[in-house]
Amino acid sequence: MKDKTIDLKPVAKIVSEYGRDYEPNLIAILQETQDVYGYLPKTVMKEISKLTDVPLTRIFGVVTFYSQFTLTPRGKHAIKICNGTACHVRGVDEIKEKVKEHLNVVEGETTADYKFTLETVACIGTCFLAPVMMVDDRYFGKLTTDTVTDIVKEYSN
Amino acid sequence: MLNRLKSYDDLLAMRKSGNKKLKKDKVKVSICMTGCRALGAQEVYEEFSKQVKKQKLQDKIEVVETGCQGLCARAPVMTIDPPDAPSIFYGRVTVDIVPDVISSTILKGEVIKKLCYAEAGKKIPYLKDIPFYSRQNKIVLRNCGIIDPNSIEQYIGRKGYDAFAKALFEFDPERIISEITSSGIRGRGGAGFPTGLKWGFCRKAKGDIKYLICNADEGDPGAFMDRAILEGDPHAVIEGMLIAARAIGSEKGFVYVRAEYPIAVNHLRNAIAQAKKLNLLGNNILGSGFNFDLEIKMGAGAFVCGEETALIASIEGKRGMPRPRPPFPANSGLWNQPTNINNVETLANIPVIIAEGADWYKQLGTKNGSGTKIFALAGNVKNTGLVEVPMGTTLREIIFDIGGGVPGRHGFKAAQMGGPSGGCVPEEHLDLPIDYESVKAVGAIMGSGGLIVMDNDTSMVDISRYFMEFVQEESCGKCVPCRVGTRKMLDILTRITKGEGCRSDIEDLKEMANVTQSASLCGLGQTAPNPVLSTIRYFMNEYEALIK
Repeated sequence: MKDKTIDLKPVAKIVSEYGRDYEPNLIAILQETQDVYGYLPKTVMKEISKLTDVPLTRIFGVVTFYSQFTLTPRGKHAIKICNGTACHVRGVDEIKEKVKEHLNVVEGETTADYKFTLETVACIGTCFLAPVMMVDDRYFGKLTTDTVTDIVKEYSN
Repeated sequence: MLNRLKSYDDLLAMRKSGNKKLKKDKVKVSICMTGCRALGAQEVYEEFSKQVKKQKLQDKIEVVETGCQGLCARAPVMTIDPPDAPSIFYGRVTVDIVPDVISSTILKGEVIKKLCYAEAGKKIPYLKDIPFYSRQNKIVLRNCGIIDPNSIEQYIGRKGYDAFAKALFEFDPERIISEITSSGIRGRGGAGFPTGLKWGFCRKAKGDIKYLICNADEGDPGAFMDRAILEGDPHAVIEGMLIAARAIGSEKGFVYVRAEYPIAVNHLRNAIAQAKKLNLLGNNILGSGFNFDLEIKMGAGAFVCGEETALIASIEGKRGMPRPRPPFPANSGLWNQPTNINNVETLANIPVIIAEGADWYKQLGTKNGSGTKIFALAGNVKNTGLVEVPMGTTLREIIFDIGGGVPGRHGFKAAQMGGPSGGCVPEEHLDLPIDYESVKAVGAIMGSGGLIVMDNDTSMVDISRYFMEFVQEESCGKCVPCRVGTRKMLDILTRITKGEGCRSDIEDLKEMANVTQSASLCGLGQTAPNPVLSTIRYFMNEYEALIK
């Protein structure tokens, strides 16, 4: 239902930028497409397949292999909580629980108002700031249950 | 203005002008604008620039955005370099204190005590006196935290691209390879394969097109040196790639970088654009007839893509799954052409080896590993950050002398080395000189250099379960031993941590670890049991206490 209203023009534009060299650039095409739509709707993947001649099964295979791609709509802000070793040792689990409690979602889910999507990542490479999380492209380090509450509240408004 | 460099003389002229920019006639204020951004470096930088302008101090003060300065525990950090006095290091700098830093430290030469690094209750204002810095030997991180990573002029001003010019005009490819081989450098990404040998295989391989790939898919949780190099000194990696390309005979390179590192991608992209403008990348480089083009490929979130053959599949636009070797990438890699893959830190070493010579490089380190290694120091340790030391340095020196020891009352228990492929090193091995072989002998691996310090409050069974959960999630599922083995081991470990373990669990774990190790297709599965085996080896009592 919802898919029918999706504007497919951006897909054509993205694909056309890659000349005829589609296969090796499939991941880049999918990354750019996801940046535009926020996720990868079925009709969009079908359109990519049509334009590039890459079979839809292969596109689906790539999309489901890499953790960056998503088949469902995302929230306005992505909260990525680091699950790296240093963060684990420094008690990130408590932080994660607090965020879950505030947003009322579990990992991988999006809030009902589409404001936030909660994700965990293996390591964002800022171990010296553990425990760490990212909201969109911004880092927040040395988190406590208090500071994380403030951050979530700040982005809620 | 960046003009094309048509010859070596043009490069030398540019070095002169770049050098002028680095000349200390002003007070240089270097602010880390990479990792420190997480704690407000951006705001501090903006305030500093605003104040300098407002107080009309542009002739006196130069504010420089740099990469990582190493002592991340004190973030946000800044270094103040007066023209005729030693450098002052400040940490935990806030926006409010910026006017004070200008009026007291820069204009009057007075040190602000509360911003200084402290050890044993004593404030240490000068960078050269801080043990964290004075005990390091920065070869790879030579420019990191000193130059503006977005300025190719500053890089060239510090003799950047000079080693490449030497490799281009003075050495033939065989000579480059023999220099790298005799330097004894081994891959810094984890496996420790001799770099010169690898290049030689690719040079000798038959093929019209040869590819060069920089593996910047730094996925080990707890390792962040490659991120810091790319963010703080991206041209060093490009220069290393240019030398490697000339050695193996490649005209096309890729940098495969994690999408989770936005600043690194940004700085690298900018560096490539600048190098192209100067014709340090492209056709007929420096008028020599040598061509090399470089492209960034972004990863999409898959740990297994750090494995060579999986990484190649990913660049080809496929699911990043490994394949059996042989054929090795040196003979049949990207699009079935001979391909050479090196890690970021390895490539950043190359210009130094060519510039200073293999004999000089060999003096650093041990018989089994020459040169330095960067460790990412994190966990329960005072001075978290990046540490570069010669191979053969002991863990005690890194963790206690440089790292400042374990804070709190619990005390040191173990150091986790090598991430999910590595193991835990207990107190009894703290005095072990670290190199590839010695670390392996005690059940861990050098790996990419992640070093997580754990205090006595840490449960080693929980750590073992944590790593198993990580590799189980990241296992691509292609081969059975890894797919099923990691799942089964995780089930057992989870049961034990919940206090529901049974007596046969340890034997089952060991047996499954053995099979997964010997029968998995790629490095991910082959090393996945290491954290379990090393914790069983040194901390069996903790398993027993939970099973009882």
